[in-house]
Amino acid sequence: MTTLDSSDTTPEVVVDPNAVSVTINGKVVAARKGEMIIAAADRTDDFIPRFCYHPRMEPVGMCRQCLVEVVGPRGPMMVVSCMTPVADGQVVNTATEGVKKAQEGMLELLLANHPLDCPVCDKGGECPLQDQAFSHGPGESRFVEEKRHYEKPIAISENVYLDRERCILCDRCTRFADEVAGDALISFTSRGNNTQVMTFPDEPFSSYFSGNTVQICPVGALTAKPYRFKARPWDIEHVESTCTTCSVGCRTVVQSSRDELVRYQGVDSQPVNWGWLCDKGRFNFESINSKDRLTTPLIKDASGNLSATSWSVAIDSAARMVRTALLSSPQSVAIIGGARGTNEDAFAWAQLANALGVDSRDSQLADGLPPQVFSLPQATIADIDTAKTIILLAPDLKEELPVLYLRVRRAAEKRTGRVVEVSPRATGLAGKAWKKVHVEPGKTAAALRALSTDAAFTAQLASGSVVVIVGRMNLAESEESVVYALAEVLHMAPHATVLPVLRRANVRGAITAGLTPRNGGKSTAEILEAAAAGKIECLVLLGADPLSDVPDADLARRGISGARNIIAIDTFITQSSALADIVLPAAAYGEKEGTTTNIEGRISNVAQSITPVGTSRPDWMIAVELGAATSHDLGFASYNEVHAAMISGVSEFASAVDTHAVEHDGVIVAHPTPITLTRADGASIERNSYDYRAVVSRKLYDNAIGTAKSPSLATLGVASAIIVNPLDVPRIGAQVGESVRVTSPRGTIVMPLQESVDVLRGTAWLPINLGGSDVRELLDVTKDVIDLKIEKMS
Amino acid sequence: MDEWKGSVMTAAIRYPHATGFVAGDRPKIVTSRFEHADSFTLERFLATGGYAGLRKALERAATDVHEEVKSATVLGRGGAGFPAGTKWGLTPQQVFPKYLVVNGDESEPGTYKDRLLMECDPHQLIEGCLIACYAAGLSQCFLYIRGEMALAQERVAVALNEAYAAGYVGKNILGSKFSVDIVLHWGAGAYVVGEETALIESLEGNRGMPRLKPPFFPAANGLYGQPTIVNNVETLANLPWLMVNGSEAYTAIGTKTSPGTRMVAVSGHVKNPGVFEIINGTTTFRDLIYGAEFCGGILNDNELKAFVPGGGSAPWFTADQLDLPFEASQVGPAGSMLGSGAIMVMDSTTDIPAAALTLTHFYAHESCGKCTPCREGGTWLERILTRIVNGTGTEADLQQIFEVGAMICPGDFPNASNEKLGLAAVPFPYKMTTICFVGPSAFAPLHSAITLFRSEFEARLVKRISIPVTAVSTPSAVLA
Repeated sequence: MTTLDSSDTTPEVVVDPNAVSVTINGKVVAARKGEMIIAAADRTDDFIPRFCYHPRMEPVGMCRQCLVEVVGPRGPMMVVSCMTPVADGQVVNTATEGVKKAQEGMLELLLANHPLDCPVCDKGGECPLQDQAFSHGPGESRFVEEKRHYEKPIAISENVYLDRERCILCDRCTRFADEVAGDALISFTSRGNNTQVMTFPDEPFSSYFSGNTVQICPVGALTAKPYRFKARPWDIEHVESTCTTCSVGCRTVVQSSRDELVRYQGVDSQPVNWGWLCDKGRFNFESINSKDRLTTPLIKDASGNLSATSWSVAIDSAARMVRTALLSSPQSVAIIGGARGTNEDAFAWAQLANALGVDSRDSQLADGLPPQVFSLPQATIADIDTAKTIILLAPDLKEELPVLYLRVRRAAEKRTGRVVEVSPRATGLAGKAWKKVHVEPGKTAAALRALSTDAAFTAQLASGSVVVIVGRMNLAESEESVVYALAEVLHMAPHATVLPVLRRANVRGAITAGLTPRNGGKSTAEILEAAAAGKIECLVLLGADPLSDVPDADLARRGISGARNIIAIDTFITQSSALADIVLPAAAYGEKEGTTTNIEGRISNVAQSITPVGTSRPDWMIAVELGAATSHDLGFASYNEVHAAMISGVSEFASAVDTHAVEHDGVIVAHPTPITLTRADGASIERNSYDYRAVVSRKLYDNAIGTAKSPSLATLGVASAIIVNPLDVPRIGAQVGESVRVTSPRGTIVMPLQESVDVLRGTAWLPINLGGSDVRELLDVTKDVIDLKIEKMS
Repeated sequence: MDEWKGSVMTAAIRYPHATGFVAGDRPKIVTSRFEHADSFTLERFLATGGYAGLRKALERAATDVHEEVKSATVLGRGGAGFPAGTKWGLTPQQVFPKYLVVNGDESEPGTYKDRLLMECDPHQLIEGCLIACYAAGLSQCFLYIRGEMALAQERVAVALNEAYAAGYVGKNILGSKFSVDIVLHWGAGAYVVGEETALIESLEGNRGMPRLKPPFFPAANGLYGQPTIVNNVETLANLPWLMVNGSEAYTAIGTKTSPGTRMVAVSGHVKNPGVFEIINGTTTFRDLIYGAEFCGGILNDNELKAFVPGGGSAPWFTADQLDLPFEASQVGPAGSMLGSGAIMVMDSTTDIPAAALTLTHFYAHESCGKCTPCREGGTWLERILTRIVNGTGTEADLQQIFEVGAMICPGDFPNASNEKLGLAAVPFPYKMTTICFVGPSAFAPLHSAITLFRSEFEARLVKRISIPVTAVSTPSAVLA
């Protein structure tokens, strides 16, 4: 919100042409043209009751609760304050007898058919209807008729239940679904007194954002399965935190009851998430409470099985492994991972690696971007709102960074900026894109170079600020190709700013803290290759699972089996940690304090809400203990010390000294000196016309451990399949739904064939990390592109 | 444009030639062809001067035609009575495209004049649409016909196909540079879609619910976000005659503020109910109900008890207001409205509470469900009134009706004066807490019914048996 008061320190008073001044209950309030009365009144102490109004959605004037009096030329007029814009000199009264009577009347009408089953309602205790019935209601009802009856809660999606008796028809959920999420899967049906919110027949409310409707419901009509009957609001402890499911870094409130996480709620953070969360981030707290969590260190016994041990034995054994390895060479020790923890975790491990002389450490799992992208002129998430052009050189934001998708979608919807989609297939934003550059893998840079002769496109770029959202849109294409494509864009639009979207939660923080190869150290792919060649004596997996995350199954397998010793620090037994020699249980999200860095380099806090399960500890503490056991004092022994050491030790993190900001909207990391990218020669990689070029990307609900261990999310994923353009199906000769044999230079897998017009002809889209055949068997991280042969099974 | 493929004649077989129109020895502006059994055909239309108004209009500059309509003061016939020429001038200049939406969703209780206009003379409506589009610079016309009017839908569809084939609609109309397309859209049967912004929502394929105001007028921001003129069927049907005869001839009929004629549908306890084209502004309710050329008096020569002057939403009048003319500036201050031109007459045998319940039920049923007061309050009113009509209501219930009504319409409620009851007229319109007029409409007839005929409601209430309570004197010893 723009501040309208002219500060004393500013000598020049800039008169805002949009500034107006209104009088609300005798108090002068500064407001802006176009703002609604209710928004202006929210900056005063006078609360106008409301149900349908939501500051992040268009007003609808449905509940009529926010009636106020505006003094006009013909005397006071009763208007709804959520739909009436402010005007200069306007006089508004929110508490006259007439207003009071109207507001009381409205509440009486809203409560007339409300079941008042507050004692068994999840919302009871935090319910706007309950609160405002107390503060603005008539106290008693004169409605003696029988109330409306409907079947008590019906499931409108896997996780959301609707109780139509409680619903007051405020249009918040339906508006959210249509306006914000773009999934208009719920709507009003029937009329008059029988109006109800409903899904379309046989079409559940399967939106990635359905949980938000539960949060914004002003009554208990919408409830979420993971929270139903888990706790009462007055038993809940709240801490404000940052979601670390993906790297958008949505601000959340983590709520726990009896030392168990029960719910996450979105916090309206202007620069980041505006209060929205995706369902994956909202409901994956279940995995923290999972019975499968590691509670005690494990060590491989004589028979080769992992069995429980004590921390002292585990740390001593781990220290011995590290020391032994260091005896041969510091290059024989490597660290993979660190992006799932906090900045402090990454910093402590980077410090340990420095102390041990380990240069081969990588927090990206061969599916990221070179850290140089952070040295380009950076954009923030909020820049999307003002950018004239938003170029998507990124994975499907809806699938990988859902809340960022909402922001870009809004920019296109509100026409504040134009979206250019550069992608090997149509993504969730294709329908909103001004220009779609769908190009098969290996030809992106060339296609962009060709665009420089497109007058409309170059004029659009020149019309104002440009934000380039850049990430790995295809895991079967090398990271260099993304960099080359980015170089082409920056060549055409030198004023563009870049928003690198690396999806793993704190990958930017981990890289900044030092968990990235240095002094010629190896990257993840190189580490695994070296391990396969028997050159890695001790491999540390810091919350990383190469066997399921590195997009090259063969390399990961050879690397993990070739490493002599493996120390895994993890919250669960994963494919990789099951093969480790020592497994150290790590404290998970909500169990530890710290800070995290999101895609735009925003540092904000993650808060501890519950005690770590079993004997698990934060990663940084494990680093300190391993340091002590290897005779290296890292110089810190408590969270506050490691946090302070990080701020003073890493120049980019210096701004995190502002604790208050870190605990609210966050602070942006300091940017290093900008670099420029060099363009490649622009040669595109041609494809044999009998082959299909692979496009590999992620879906929101995949086999990620946080999803797989959350019962409410685990069932939402789909099985893996190979998806081609409908026009290519006859060429393959197989029916849609039939299993086909897919062969790459690396291997062969069998999976069902599906068709979609979102996929370009001559390409095949293979969502990765789903149930069924493992797509990674086809991939090779050393190749620029992967071409596939698809054959009908004989 | 594709040929309309519906079954053309089925509805016509189901409904014989529309009855209900009563001709008379009066000027006819919109009903001149109604006397012919084949009035809806293109042959009859052309034989009786059809499309002459369009030819005349196309010969003149568009601004000229607009001026002509303006100076004729053609009042909107949908209910609000806003002059059409002025309305056309409200659209912003230099915006393209602008649309004409024809509100043929006539669903006000008691009203059936537009239906006859569409059934009996569809070409006249089409001609009116074309003239309006030409004069106001509108590039496309959307004709929205109420879902239940099967015959009107068929007749207009057939007429439109004929007009397209004959070159009256489409590209380069009558060889001129003027092109316009007319799109037919059939409603799905919702009363609220008669409200212009709800109609636009419905046209766009959304749920028929009134839009937010501001913007107050679709003229600025209407269909698909473009400037849109919404006109009633009868309003547009006036234009061909106006073009042929000129605004002077038009204003010569009726009064200065209410020129021309208007269609009035009378129903209820009269000898000769039907639709009449009457002279605007001068004809009184007494003429209409008792006049030999109109309804010819009350059925069985009973006494008049009350009548609805302007559609189901209007507060009721009694014999006291019979001498008011059809003139908005006089009916409004008397406590009601002319509305959609529907008059429902109730004689002395009428069960007033039951009649009020019929209307209240309609409005409770037809609430779109958007605004809380209308959605919840309408049904609440209906339930209380049902109790009273069934003889189980109490005095408190009667009072509660006013309390619930005040939540929908705070402030003084319009009602007609009645010297016998000592009532002073409270002028129309009312204050309201809802977006559109459907909410107050649920209360308007009920309020006037109770105000004017309270004794009839009280007679239905549960009689309370009062048990006399004798005060027992307290012994003085206790007090001491």
